[in-house]
Amino acid sequence: MIDRGYHSGFGGAFLPEILVATFEELERVFREAKGDPAFWREYTDLMSTYSCRPTPLTYAGNLTRHFGGARIYIKREDLNHTGAHKANNVMGQGLLVKRMGKTRVIAETGAGQHGVATATMAAKFGFQCTIYMGEVDVERQRPNVFWMERLGAQVVPVREGTRILKDAINEAFRDWVGNMDTTHYVLGTACGPHPYPEMVSYFQSIIGREAREQILEREECMPSRVYACVGGGSNAMGIFSGFLEEPVELVGVEAGGKGLRSGRHASRLCSADASVGVAQGYKTYFLQNTDGQMLETHSVAAGLDYVGVSPLLAHFKENGRVRFEAATDQEVVEALALTMRMEGLIPALESAHAFAQAFKEVSELSRDEAVIINQSGRGDKDIFTIADAFEDPAWKDFIRKKAEKTHA
Amino acid sequence: MLEAYVKERRKERDILLMTHIVLGYPSFEESHNLVKTMVEAGVDLMELQIPFSEPIADGPVILHANQQALAAGATVKQCMDFAGDVARSYPIPFLFMSYYNILFKYGVERFAEEMNRRGLKGAIVPDLPPEEANGYLRAMERFGLDPVFIFSPTTPDTRMGEIAAVGRGFIYCVARKGVTGLDTHFTRQLEEYLARCRRATSLPLALGFGVKNRTDIDFLRGKADIAIIGTQTIRLMDEGGIDAVRAFIEGLR
Ligand SMILES: Cc1ncc(COP(=O)(O)O)c(C=O)c1O
Repeated sequence: MIDRGYHSGFGGAFLPEILVATFEELERVFREAKGDPAFWREYTDLMSTYSCRPTPLTYAGNLTRHFGGARIYIKREDLNHTGAHKANNVMGQGLLVKRMGKTRVIAETGAGQHGVATATMAAKFGFQCTIYMGEVDVERQRPNVFWMERLGAQVVPVREGTRILKDAINEAFRDWVGNMDTTHYVLGTACGPHPYPEMVSYFQSIIGREAREQILEREECMPSRVYACVGGGSNAMGIFSGFLEEPVELVGVEAGGKGLRSGRHASRLCSADASVGVAQGYKTYFLQNTDGQMLETHSVAAGLDYVGVSPLLAHFKENGRVRFEAATDQEVVEALALTMRMEGLIPALESAHAFAQAFKEVSELSRDEAVIINQSGRGDKDIFTIADAFEDPAWKDFIRKKAEKTHA
Repeated sequence: MLEAYVKERRKERDILLMTHIVLGYPSFEESHNLVKTMVEAGVDLMELQIPFSEPIADGPVILHANQQALAAGATVKQCMDFAGDVARSYPIPFLFMSYYNILFKYGVERFAEEMNRRGLKGAIVPDLPPEEANGYLRAMERFGLDPVFIFSPTTPDTRMGEIAAVGRGFIYCVARKGVTGLDTHFTRQLEEYLARCRRATSLPLALGFGVKNRTDIDFLRGKADIAIIGTQTIRLMDEGGIDAVRAFIEGLR
């Protein structure tokens, strides 16, 4: 039986017939690359010269003293080129695109992070590039749209549906079913039809491989817990993959938005609003109603604002290997503020979910334990969103003046 | 069952017409008027789409219709009731078309049972390839319903054979790459593709995606058994209302 990427019944490939042949090719090229030791070398070489790999593991001494519990380490995916772990997946898929001989890439983006990363990859490898982005996210993440366009990508605002990440994914699929001969769809997270969840997790596993070596070097033992935020699940799958076989508690943190009982959140694995379904080509937990229509989601972090979740994480939910929690918008903004003041680090709002959950728990642990928080991206590129979240008065004033000048 | 119906009907008509509507768009009342009009204008089969929030195989027109129907509050229960109603009232076969999540959430077995009880004849589920369809195939068989599967121009011959082995009723041949509602070129290439489909199965062939006028249908005579009209009637309904739809369909024969 052909592997259709099922784990505990999650995954699969629910494809329109027109795409079946394209997925067979992708699967074949991915398998060949994965089985070729030279490929991983080519990949790590690229990531150490074009991006900033290995990214450091930073000991957060001040936060550790502040909470008085486990020693806190931070895996610095923010130091990748373009400021997030998204580069890992994008550059890996870029190498596969070269192997397939395609000349155009398309991608969806929520926070804009994956779109920017894809646009840099396309520029570097000489591919044409179209990015689909929900209209709401275009508004929220305008600076990223600016960069994508400067990098030579065409950005298409998606006005259908809820006008956020899931709708951008649908539009990317609609483009792809017409253009698969020339075009590869660079899906940005560990979701979608098989082999995407496995393929994206494979490229992101570079985070876990490094983090494992780095913590052993520093602590000479495994951490007690590893925290990662969960949007689609790619940074979480990436860092968790280094610790799956070890007695390490893995904690995935979803967007609690305005609270799990508010109906305004994006928590698929720890809220009662989600149930198993099949959409966007795969089977997992979705935020949907009893008819199977997808619900609106909410998070202060655009990159976590998504109805589905990696089938691989749904599997880890089912078998208990990963514990899932949710952090609210409010908790996230507080965790971000604390991290900036105490460590001089600026996590992305997405990543700050992992920090928020860790901060709730580290005091329970003893001083000779260690935890790792995955800082999946940097927040300084989200200055508009973060300044809004902080309701910074001087910033508002600056924007007002800037707008007046632009109009003048 | 559908296969016998199509073959029988083809003795009198050189090509059959299947139309597609989105249930609840623009309203259930209008959906009913559309069915009545289409049946009176001589349509041979109808595809009733249960709206879904993520219709990835559909282009802008049908996507919009899905969203409007849902925004107006269309539910699966209403779609079931509606389908039962028209199946009882009109003498042609009706099929459901929807995305798999709608069936999955309803319970595939229960969905098939309901379809049978309401007098529907088959279903088209564009995001359910045969590899994922075991439970669906069992349920459809059990309730005497036809699971219609899809061929596309990118489907290799061997796979066409595998699909035809599980498909019932007829094969839905997608005319080209891309989503619904874009233009299709009715050319030599399409003719060759249909000939390839013909060699792969003895099931009737229905051709859909981009069929929009009499010329297209004339092209298909002798090459396909059924012409499927989807987006074009929705467009006409939006622009000229039900009378435009009636005139259009009457003009196709
Ligand atoms: C910085 C950052 N972290 C996390 C995410 C969430 O994605 P994933 O769960 O795939 O890591 C995003 C998505 O845009 C992001 O930009």
